Amino acid sequence: MNKILHKIYLFLILLFLYAPIATLVVLSFNASKTRAKWGGFTFKWYQALFQNEVILEAFYTTLLIALLSALFATIIGTIAAIAMNGMKKGSKAAFMAVTNIPMLNAEIVTGISLMLLFISFGMRFGFSTVLFAHITFNIPYVILSVLPRLKQMNPSTFEAALDLGASPVYAFFKVILPDIFPGIISGFLMAFTMSLDDFIITHFTKGPGLDTLSTKIYTELKKGIKPEMYSLSTLIFITVLILLLLVNKTPKDKKNKKGSLQEEIIL
Amino acid sequence: MSNRLIDLVNISKSFGSSLILDEMNLYVQENEFLTLLGPSGCGKTTTLRIIGGFESPDQGKVLFNGSDIASLPPNKRQVNTVFQKYALFTHMTIAENIAFGLKIKNKSKAYIQDKVKYALKLVNLDGFDHRMPDSLSGGQQQRIAIARAIVNEPKVLLLDEPLGALDLKLRQGMQYELIRLKNELGITFIYVTHDQEEALTMSDTIVVMNQGYIQQIGTPETIYNEPENAFVADFIGDSNILGSIMLRDELVEILGVKFACIDKGFGENKPVDVVIRPEDVELLSPNETNLNGVVTHLIFKGVHYEMEVEANGFTWLVHSTKMVPVGAFVSIAVAPGNIQIMNKPVSEDEEATAIDE
Repeated sequence: MNKILHKIYLFLILLFLYAPIATLVVLSFNASKTRAKWGGFTFKWYQALFQNEVILEAFYTTLLIALLSALFATIIGTIAAIAMNGMKKGSKAAFMAVTNIPMLNAEIVTGISLMLLFISFGMRFGFSTVLFAHITFNIPYVILSVLPRLKQMNPSTFEAALDLGASPVYAFFKVILPDIFPGIISGFLMAFTMSLDDFIITHFTKGPGLDTLSTKIYTELKKGIKPEMYSLSTLIFITVLILLLLVNKTPKDKKNKKGSLQEEIIL
Repeated sequence: MSNRLIDLVNISKSFGSSLILDEMNLYVQENEFLTLLGPSGCGKTTTLRIIGGFESPDQGKVLFNGSDIASLPPNKRQVNTVFQKYALFTHMTIAENIAFGLKIKNKSKAYIQDKVKYALKLVNLDGFDHRMPDSLSGGQQQRIAIARAIVNEPKVLLLDEPLGALDLKLRQGMQYELIRLKNELGITFIYVTHDQEEALTMSDTIVVMNQGYIQQIGTPETIYNEPENAFVADFIGDSNILGSIMLRDELVEILGVKFACIDKGFGENKPVDVVIRPEDVELLSPNETNLNGVVTHLIFKGVHYEMEVEANGFTWLVHSTKMVPVGAFVSIAVAPGNIQIMNKPVSEDEEATAIDE
């Protein structure tokens, strides 16, 4: 009896979570233009989507920004994590708090403050401002996925490499990097995902003429809903889903189950 | 003088406001098994890390074969370290771990292969080449850590509590293993431990340290039989330490009873510390000597009985193969040669103030 209740409860939760998305996915295959009735299965909205040059350009911009911002954020974040790992407890906790705040901060606040910052520096809004903004909000995710890896490492490992004749740089690339690499990869994927589906911060930092997929969808929706947007949203959802699955798969922690990324982020 | 391999001259080191080592002087001879022994925080690990190059002394010299290496980074030193928690490279195979140092030195493939084989044989882990470190037990990992260090043919092998994480049985086995290795390799071992039994079993020389100061340097026999102060006596093995008065040469008054001893030169009526090992205390029938007491505790320890005897206000620890029941009245005798007289630790107060500064 109890078991059945458990299952019903779980089913309801999943239903509420995924019903809107499922609707979207179903509608993206609906041949009828209205949302009210089912006009048969079709791929034509997907076809239309891939013939729409404005969308394709937005897609290209999104991908480029996601890749570049994830790449820079991974490099900066990894270095920051290594530095934080070497700090004393007090300053490490302080840095950790500072890193956590941007993630918990309302995106609209981050977006507006970045916008104001760029204005005060007299920067022209466009590709570079969006890229800077994305790097900024991506760094904490990288730190949070690399730091647990570093903590797990035996602190003597680096010294052991030096002891055996390695220079500090050689020791880093041969001994430290391979050990924390899964963390770096999951940090990169996390950053990539975050950049890919960001709307608010991009909206405030992009300026006219530049669009990512999310901002494009927003402007298109204002003109009236076209079914292509359903298929585009569906594709974005599936991409993000796959990326998240990858992120969750990378840290194969046999020993430290607490090190999982999600828990760290909740903290 | 010629075979002094490492010479630490006036080494001082502090972390923040706490002084870890204070003007320490110590030399290590070639081919010696030297153990730094002391409680945690005594500076033994710091000393080892200074020799290994992981810490640099605030002042003083580290002479290696006569030249100062205090500022040389660890990768340029002719010493290798075996770390407490093995510190194996987990993403490399055992063979890759052992070959790590040799690859850096650009040795030929054939040479490296031979060396890895030889090292594995030396630590009795033939055929483990392609295993991963995680698949090995703690004791095996520790042997690999040793193999990884010794393939580089260091002049000195530094060992930082290498057996600390192993269980008792394994630890004893590894002690013999280490002695054998040292004899086969003919290199100097500097060993850090807080375990007095380990130190007594393996060392040629023991350096007893406390609070950044060397308390005594000597062979295991001298350290055990002739401790220089109460700290050493207390730290090495069980002991009865009694404040006493040296009446004159070869006569000491312990708990108001006169005992013959063999020490001279302390002066007359001088307060001293006396150490008597529990196995040196003889229990006789009441009134056979002037020190009478009663047995208050009795524990069977396997090899011997451990008893506590209350006599003249002092609880004597006694080890004996002869059992005396609790409540029995006895008298205590100690052979003159088994009474070790030590100066009162004047220096300990000085040390305490030095550290407070």
